[in-house]
Amino acid sequence: MRLSRPARGLLAAITAVVLALIYLPLLVVFVNSFSTSQNLTWPPPGFTVKWWAKAFQSDGALDAVLTSLQVALASTAIALVLGTLISIGLQRFEFFGRDAISLLVILPIALPGIVTGIALNNAFRTGLGVQLSILTLIIAHATFCIVTVFNNVIARLRRLGTSLEDASSDLGAGIWTTFRLVTFPQLRSALFAGGLLAFALSFDEIIVTTFTAGSSVKTLPLWILDNLFRPNQAPVVNVIAVVLVLVSIIPIYFAQRIAGAEKVVR
Amino acid sequence: MTVDASAPPTRRAVLPPQRGSIARRGSVFLSRHPRVRLSLLLGAPLFWLGLVYIAALAALLITALWTVDSFTGQISHTWTLDNIVAVLTGSLYQTVTLRTVGVALLVTIIDIVIALPIAFYMAKVASPRAQRILVIAILMPLWASYLVKAYAWRSVLSQGGIFEWLVAPFGGHSPGYGLPATIITLSYLWLPYVILPIYAGLERVPDSLLEASADLGGGTWSTLRLVVLPMIWPAIIAGSIFSFSLSLGDYITVNIVGGANQMLGNLVYSNVGAANNLPLAAAIALIPILIIFAYLAAVRRTGALNNL
Repeated sequence: MRLSRPARGLLAAITAVVLALIYLPLLVVFVNSFSTSQNLTWPPPGFTVKWWAKAFQSDGALDAVLTSLQVALASTAIALVLGTLISIGLQRFEFFGRDAISLLVILPIALPGIVTGIALNNAFRTGLGVQLSILTLIIAHATFCIVTVFNNVIARLRRLGTSLEDASSDLGAGIWTTFRLVTFPQLRSALFAGGLLAFALSFDEIIVTTFTAGSSVKTLPLWILDNLFRPNQAPVVNVIAVVLVLVSIIPIYFAQRIAGAEKVVR
Repeated sequence: MTVDASAPPTRRAVLPPQRGSIARRGSVFLSRHPRVRLSLLLGAPLFWLGLVYIAALAALLITALWTVDSFTGQISHTWTLDNIVAVLTGSLYQTVTLRTVGVALLVTIIDIVIALPIAFYMAKVASPRAQRILVIAILMPLWASYLVKAYAWRSVLSQGGIFEWLVAPFGGHSPGYGLPATIITLSYLWLPYVILPIYAGLERVPDSLLEASADLGGGTWSTLRLVVLPMIWPAIIAGSIFSFSLSLGDYITVNIVGGANQMLGNLVYSNVGAANNLPLAAAIALIPILIIFAYLAAVRRTGALNNL
């Protein structure tokens, strides 16, 4: 198939238009973070940096960012361990019920968040009788984060095959040595990509969070939900969204570089 | 391979432990007993998913068979099908279910239609450098908070918002708040989740296959239809699982831009919160659970679940 020049041009044009549409609301957020208007009128009546100053002095916002970082890091770590174990188990072994297990991993992300949320809330409070806290929140987040690690790692394992591992054990390496020196280095970038997605998923989650976080735990999305409809706070929320998008360039860039360095010719 | 004889043997530490050490014996035992190896691998994750998730879901479904004492507000453990029957026969639930499924399907179709040309351009036309930049450009908006983006659409679509400002010269109007605004916003929110799997699927289609098709006389359309589409179908379905299930359970976006419209998520939410009727909420939650299970069962054969 050879695409004609007009066809290539058309595809490029569609891509450009959609990218513009994707960034239009973000641009509005960016512009509104400098607007003197508090209720997002367009075009903005004036320019001010006072929201930016306010955002960096807002204790509530900074605490919320820290809480979200803690929750996202902890649930990503759990998801990395459990996701890797389960994908090695499913990829390297044949056994009855394999399909059921892979469905089980997907289920927490495929079922609507509100179902997961009220199910876990009910189980924690009435089933186990525990108080909701940051721990219950981490457990809930880790549960739906497993799938992103699982998908990345199992796709990598499928592509790698077992020949290198077989060679390693033929040469006398034990199971743990083989994993540490042969399997793990080849999984590293898949783990990074899966972990990054898990982190992003947890960092921005609001629905399951609403039902599983203790009342003293304020993650960033919960804080945003509290402040979005307050006239004096909405522009501060805009500032935080802009900062998050800008900061996110760093991990995405590294993930891309790692993936790009490993890529074979297409 | 070059060997530098002067370099000290720094990697000696990685030599396998000597025969007879505990680690060595454990390793030998494990390699002779694959079942033990498998249970060690799957034990912890299955314990987690089974205990945390499946037990919680099962408990929720059982709750749907209980009822709430209207006087004390406590859940009384008397078995009844009343909640299920109410959900199945109530016209409110039927209307809202149809509306929710309709919105979820429309969002999914819109996202796939938009994602296909972009993913194709990214995977097959753009230079490697442009490709990398485009992937970053698609990933970045995911990090702006979901709430902030939904709220940005509220401001874009508002009276006197930027949408009105842009289309007014052409005689257009903002759709205002309602179902169209909900569909636009949800399509926007889930678009990256649909583009990325389709892009990954297209990347796995070798260029040589497209050239072979052209050499054998296949035109652009027949190549797309007969070679590319069957290969990326699982990836398309995988993307659709995201947009469909995320839309199906959403209640926050519809609150922000949907006007007075309700989706299934809103009914569940109001029954858990204000109405304090967990059994009825659980019965309503059965609807999206059943729909998702039916959807997953229907697409399982395509292999889509390996492409998420």
